[in-house]
Amino acid sequence: MRAFVKHQGIAAPLTEAGVLRRNIDTDAIIPSREMKRVSKTSLVQGLFSNWRYLTPDSREPNPNFVLNQGAFSKATLLIAGENFGCGSSREQAVWALAEFGIRAIIAPSFGAIFARNCVTNGLLTVVLEAETAQQISDWVQLNPREHQPLIDLEQGQVTAFNRHLEFKTPPAERLCLLRGLDHIERTLSEHRHIDDFERRYFEAYPWTVLR
Amino acid sequence: MGQTLFDKLWERHLVDTDEGGESLLYVDRLCMHERTGSIAMQLLMDRGLSVRRPRQAFCVMDHTLDTFPGRGDQTRIPGGEAFIVSTRNSAQSLGLTVFDVNDADQGISHLVSAEQGFALPGVSLVCPDSHTCTLGAVGALAIGVGASQIEHALATSCIRLAKPQVMRVSFEGQLAPWVTAKDMVLHVIAEEGAAAARGAAVEYSGSTVEHLPVEARFTLCNMAVEFSAFTALIAPDEKTFEYVAGRPRAPAPLPLDDWRKLQSDTDAEFLREIRVDASAIRPRVTWGTSPEHGVSIHDRVPEPANADAQRALDYMGLTPGLRMQELAIDAAFIGSCTNSRLSDLRAAADILLGRRVAPGIAAVCVPGSTSVKRAAEVEGIDQIFLDAGFEWRESGCSMCFYAGGESFGAGKRVITSTNRNFEGRQGPGVRSHLASPELVAASAVRGRISSPDMLFT
Repeated sequence: MRAFVKHQGIAAPLTEAGVLRRNIDTDAIIPSREMKRVSKTSLVQGLFSNWRYLTPDSREPNPNFVLNQGAFSKATLLIAGENFGCGSSREQAVWALAEFGIRAIIAPSFGAIFARNCVTNGLLTVVLEAETAQQISDWVQLNPREHQPLIDLEQGQVTAFNRHLEFKTPPAERLCLLRGLDHIERTLSEHRHIDDFERRYFEAYPWTVLR
Repeated sequence: MGQTLFDKLWERHLVDTDEGGESLLYVDRLCMHERTGSIAMQLLMDRGLSVRRPRQAFCVMDHTLDTFPGRGDQTRIPGGEAFIVSTRNSAQSLGLTVFDVNDADQGISHLVSAEQGFALPGVSLVCPDSHTCTLGAVGALAIGVGASQIEHALATSCIRLAKPQVMRVSFEGQLAPWVTAKDMVLHVIAEEGAAAARGAAVEYSGSTVEHLPVEARFTLCNMAVEFSAFTALIAPDEKTFEYVAGRPRAPAPLPLDDWRKLQSDTDAEFLREIRVDASAIRPRVTWGTSPEHGVSIHDRVPEPANADAQRALDYMGLTPGLRMQELAIDAAFIGSCTNSRLSDLRAAADILLGRRVAPGIAAVCVPGSTSVKRAAEVEGIDQIFLDAGFEWRESGCSMCFYAGGESFGAGKRVITSTNRNFEGRQGPGVRSHLASPELVAASAVRGRISSPDMLFT
C-alpha cells in the first residue's frame, strides 16, 4: 500500500452555488454502470460520470463540472460537504479516485465504509468542521494553482489560507497510512493470535461452528 | 458502568487490539455477492492465498443477474455475466458454497443470510455490501465492508476496524394505520439527517420495536446506513428465536441461555439517545435525492433549505408547495433488500386485490428471494399482482439501482419500495420517491403518490 505522509496539491471543491455539497454518495462517485469488469483498475473514466460528461453515454466533458475546469483537472485533493462517500460500499469509488490521482479528501464527515476503504488504499480522509472546509474551498477557488493546501499527516495539520488547521486521525489509521502497511500481510503475520482465539472461542460458543 | 449489546458482541469477537487501538475482530460468517465478492475472491487468488475457513463463507448471485423468467447467466447489465461467471468459478476454486442463478435458495444476499440461518443472534457476519446492517435485526454483529476487507476476512477469518461509538434510537407508542417500519426509519432520517449517526453503531429499542415482527425489523435496520450508521442492532427476543429456529444453518438446539443474555445492560451508556414518539409518525415519502429529503404523505413539497435541496428539487422536477399526494407517477417498483419479503408482498397484495394499476403506469414486483417468490405463489399472491397489472419477476436486486441494464427512463417519476433516491440511482434522470410497499401499491392504483387510506375511504 502507498504510504501517506505529507502532500500538497491542487484541491477541487465539490460545490453547488459555491457551497460544499453534502451527502455525495458513492453512486455519484462512480455509477454502477461504469463497473463493467471484475477488476480494481480501468475505473477512472467512470469517475463522477453523471456529472463529468454532458450526457451519460457521451464522454464529452461537461464544462460546468469542477474536474473539467482548468487547474482543477489536475487536482490531487477533493473538498466536500458532510457525509462524503455515503451509500453503497463499492470500493470502486476509492479505486477510481485513486486512479484519477486523488490522495486525500477534506470533508466534515464521511460514509463509514468509504472512509475505511480509503485507509485500505492509502487515501487520507481529513475531517474538518464544515465552516473550515468551506473556508478552504473559498480560498482555493480564488486561485487554484497557487492556493494549494498542504496536508501533513504526521503533524495532523492542513495548511491553507496562511493558517495551520488541526485534524485528528484515529491512531491506527494514522499508523497504517504513515507506514503504508498492507493489512493482510500484517494480520497473517500474527496468525497465532487468531488460532489461539479460535480455540477458546469454539469452546465457549460451539454452536457457531458451521459443519 | 454497564455494557451495550454492541459492546458485548464486539468483546466476544475481539481477537486482539493493536498499538493504535484498532481491533482485530473474529468473523463467524462471510457472505458475498457477485458484484463485489467476485473482486474480493479474485484479489485473494491473485495473491496466491486461500480461504482460511471455507465453511464460513458463501456466495449468492443477486446484483447483476437478470430477473426475467427463464433467466440464465446472460443479463441486460453490460458485463454482468462476467461477475456471475467469475464468482461461480472463484467460489468453486476456493471451495465455497454458492446460491447460484437458478438455485431454489437464491436471493438477495441479506435475505438469503437470514433465510438460511447464517445470520444468528451473537454471530459476526461481514458482507461487501452497505445494507449488511439489515441482519442486525436478529442480534447479529453485521458489518458491511469493502472488497479489500472481505479479501482480508477470507484470508484471516478476521477484520480490522476501529470500534465505533454506540447510539440508541428508541420508539415508543402504537403505530397509526398504514405506518410501517419503513416509515419509522424514513421519519428518523428526515428528522436527524442523512449524516446523523456519523459512523456510530445504532441500537433500536422501545415498545414499538418489540412489537414489530422480525421481517419488519429487517426493514428498520436495513436503512440505518442511510443515516450513516456503522451498523444497526436489535436485541434478540422470543420472536427472533422463533424466526431463527429450524433454519438450515441454525444450530439445534438453539443456545437460548446464551442468546437471552444478548441485551444492553440497564445502566449502559450511549453516545447519544434519540427518542421517537412512534404514534405520531404518518406514512412517509421522499421528495428529493437524499433519504433525508422526506415528508409525511399528507405534506407538501417543502421550501428548499439550502443549495443542495434546491438542486434536488430541480432534479426531481418539483416546486415547493405541491401536494405530495397529488404527484402523478410513471412507474411503481416493489423489491430490494429493504422491502421484498413475504410480509411486504402480502401487504401490497392486500391493497392490489381486485384493483388495477392506473393506465400507463409501469409496475414491477421483484421478490427478494426465490423462496419468498415460491411462498408467495403458494398463497396466490403472484396472481393478485399479475391481475392488477404488475410484472412478477424472478428474485434479485433488480431496479433498486441502475447498472446499464433496465431503467424506467430519464425524467420518469417512480414510487419505489427501495432504499436510495440518489440522483441517477435508478437510471440517469430517473426521479425516485421512497416509500413503503403499501404506499407503492396504492400509488400504482391511483397513478399518483397516494396513501393507502385513499383507497379505503
